[in-house]
Amino acid sequence: MCGLSKEKTTRVTVDADKLRSEIRDKSVKVLDIRKEDDYKQGHIPGAINLPLASLLADDSPDKVLQYAQSFGIGDETPVVVYDDTFGALASRVAWTLEYIGHEDVSLLDVTYGTWKKLGLETSSEIPSTVKTNHSLKLQPQILATSDYLVPAKEKGAILVDNRERLNYLEQHIPGAINIPYRMLASGQNILRPKEDLRRLIQNRNIAPDSEIITYCGSVGTLSGLGYYALKSLGMDNVKLYVRSFKEWKSLEKPIEKQNDANYWDLSAE
Amino acid sequence: MSNTSIQSKPDNVPKHKINWGRLEEAERFSEMVKLFRQGKINRDDFRRFRLQHGAYGSRMTDDYSMIRLKLPAGEVYSEQLEKIADLSEQFSIGSAHVSTRQNFQLHWVALEDVSEVLRGLAESGMTTREACGNSVRSIMCSPLAGVCPDEVFDPTPYAVGATKFLLRNPLCQALPRKFKINFTCCEKHGMARMVDIGLIPQQGEVNGKPQRGFKVFLGGGLGAQSFVGHQLEPFTSEDEVLYTIVSVIRIFDRLGNRENMARARMRYLVNEMGWEKFQNLVLKERAMIKMLLSVIIKLEVDKTVESMRKISISSEIPSVPQGYARWVKSNTFKQKQPGFSCVFLTLESGDVTSNQLRAIADIAREFTADGQIRNGFTQDMVFRWVRDEDLPRVYSKLLEVGLANPGALTMASVVGCSGTTSCNLALTNSHRLAKEVQRKFIELKIDEDDDLRNSTIKISGCPNSCGQHEIATIGFYGGGGRLGKDMYPLYSMSLGGRADETTTLGHSCTKVPAKRVIPTILKIVEIFKSDKKSGETLDLWVKRVIEGNGGPTIKSLDDIKELLKPVVIAPTKDQDEDFYADYGSDGSYHTKTGRGECAA
Ligand code: HEM
Ligand code: SF4
Repeated sequence: MCGLSKEKTTRVTVDADKLRSEIRDKSVKVLDIRKEDDYKQGHIPGAINLPLASLLADDSPDKVLQYAQSFGIGDETPVVVYDDTFGALASRVAWTLEYIGHEDVSLLDVTYGTWKKLGLETSSEIPSTVKTNHSLKLQPQILATSDYLVPAKEKGAILVDNRERLNYLEQHIPGAINIPYRMLASGQNILRPKEDLRRLIQNRNIAPDSEIITYCGSVGTLSGLGYYALKSLGMDNVKLYVRSFKEWKSLEKPIEKQNDANYWDLSAE
Repeated sequence: MSNTSIQSKPDNVPKHKINWGRLEEAERFSEMVKLFRQGKINRDDFRRFRLQHGAYGSRMTDDYSMIRLKLPAGEVYSEQLEKIADLSEQFSIGSAHVSTRQNFQLHWVALEDVSEVLRGLAESGMTTREACGNSVRSIMCSPLAGVCPDEVFDPTPYAVGATKFLLRNPLCQALPRKFKINFTCCEKHGMARMVDIGLIPQQGEVNGKPQRGFKVFLGGGLGAQSFVGHQLEPFTSEDEVLYTIVSVIRIFDRLGNRENMARARMRYLVNEMGWEKFQNLVLKERAMIKMLLSVIIKLEVDKTVESMRKISISSEIPSVPQGYARWVKSNTFKQKQPGFSCVFLTLESGDVTSNQLRAIADIAREFTADGQIRNGFTQDMVFRWVRDEDLPRVYSKLLEVGLANPGALTMASVVGCSGTTSCNLALTNSHRLAKEVQRKFIELKIDEDDDLRNSTIKISGCPNSCGQHEIATIGFYGGGGRLGKDMYPLYSMSLGGRADETTTLGHSCTKVPAKRVIPTILKIVEIFKSDKKSGETLDLWVKRVIEGNGGPTIKSLDDIKELLKPVVIAPTKDQDEDFYADYGSDGSYHTKTGRGECAA
């Protein structure tokens, strides 16, 4: 399969053992996306803290480039990202790096919580970093904007809403299908094994070469995970609508809803 | 690439013994959905297939399913609960629903994902096969079976044995209509007279030798028109039970009304034919089958005595948390085995979150000697074999996850069918109303009132009785009312239903607007208190009134209706806009229904 060689260069996820050995050879930069306080209490040895909120405060390409350079991430540096939120925050950061043209970025296949449960080493030492150069090669083919959605959909693109089922039923972008982010994970791994994920996609009759746009509630985190789930199957034509439903609503674009049913009242929350 | 994995810790907790699931059925389901979406099978054939595998359509859409599990005898183990929790989080809405027939239901599952849910269930030994459709539905068994002080013997192995024989059996793949079988422990706990076949354990004699057997009731059932079952014969020995069940199913299969779905349930056949004729037919059929069959068919009954686990009781005396006494009184039941209790969980309309299911699984592992959970008959869940001295600890654990509400075995625990949350035929949001009533009544400490303990409140969203309103002391079914051009949600209220040895269907009393249901029930309690004889409970008072022995002031249901008039009167929309919206909706009320699948 042509996907194979590609998977070698850009691995979507990395397992804990592999990451540990790469940390030992110092061949990888690790980013921790949790809040600063949590990070300070302990993190994967060598990990650099980039709280999602800091990134979101300004996620313009120039700013992201600055972050990468200050962390010592060069064009060829392998980067592994993790969080403690299903891998969704890590996905958003990984996607952002990909967007500025950094190719070698992967997700740790477990969350920090699981890493600790496994009894793997942690550290509270803050690593020193040496600034380096990184080029800027924007990848617009992985970004979807609100203007892009409707024409793309008309040409056959599939719109995927990664929010939870009840939120989706209540309101979603017209024509979107729902793949709740919870569906993507299995047991302790942030993504299911490929054969499982592939079945879920095949059950929905989605062809591997389809154009797919993922979105979620506000900032492209849950849909970032959706993006990488599809990527892990070797699907290449995937885009993230990074401003997601929050922007869509603020633009007062049309919204679809499952009418005449009180589904919220089934929740025991 | 291999994934990071955690080894699960070994445990000595009992696991499911029978694998009811079949992985092939999940795979077949996924193929069928694809064919259906490609237009290669027609809607009706697909619907039949879907229902046979436990998936209903949802309100106003077939793109989502309500998946109903089949849990024979309501038995479920911790690992299975955890699987259900995961599946609900992944493919449903993060909550599961415990039904009145001991099953779990997962709502709003995308049709494309049903096969994944079936796969997950099969991996943990569970099935949805013949949970809906025109089949023998899950065979129920009282959650107190095996521990009830009044039972003659434990009927559970018989319910399981009957399921083993009937599930996937060609005999019951295309019945005229659904078919329900219930086993109970005793007269009080269960509903032997409100199903197609109901069985109560009984000790008898055959050829001078003592033998186990059952009282068998036929032709009962709730629905738009309900009937109470008839007893087939004084004693049906255990050797004859399977012959009897098979005979009844064969007669129903041959003679049931296949023309008119609304008259297709066996109870209509019994009613139209007359009981004596039907009874003769069954006895003849049974004699004939016994003669003609070259093999003896007998229930495979596992009578090995379960050895109970030793559960660790820590020696420290727990501090007794707030509310414990009230909870113990209304949520626990002393087993016939000294030193052990059953614990009933008060859910709201049977809904339970995935996290709560996980907590329930943990509690069962830690505190129950049989390591299992049973779902009950009233949208509840039950731990059995809990040591009395562990009850405070169980209560504390339940408190932590919001499951320690009192009232489970009292009138404060209300049953409500799905209503407009997911059912195509619903006219009102009975599901939410049941939650509202329950919250209010727990707040008012209704559960502490011994006069109300044995009474029940049950609510259906339309006349079809899924909420079993007809066997409730106070029962409601939904409809629409109108004042001028404005519509509002309006329930019909019946009083005096019961499901024990004096099984009676409720008598219709008056209509009650949705937003007046709570004040109406409170008013009834007030009337009862002023009229009751000393020591009389609400259900017995209602019974007395219905039987014409009422008094001093209340002589008939009409007297109650009269006193309720000021409570149920409809204000104009200008006076009270909220009155015109159902629970859970802000907009004006309107009725809207789709095609119901109970008949499919
Ligand atoms: C004419 C149509 C129907 C009839 C006559 C009918 C009858 C019943 C009855 C009598 C029960 C109570 C259990 C028992 O005593 O056996 C029941 C339970 C139930 N039925 Fe139906 N049913 C119908 C249609 C539906 C539909 C369309 C749905 C929604 C998909 C539905 C969902 C349920 C549920 C969820 C329960 C369990 C109650 C609960 O715990 O929520 N039924 N049904
Ligand atoms: S009683 Fe009516 S509203 Fe309730 S589940 Fe049954 S068919 Fe639906």
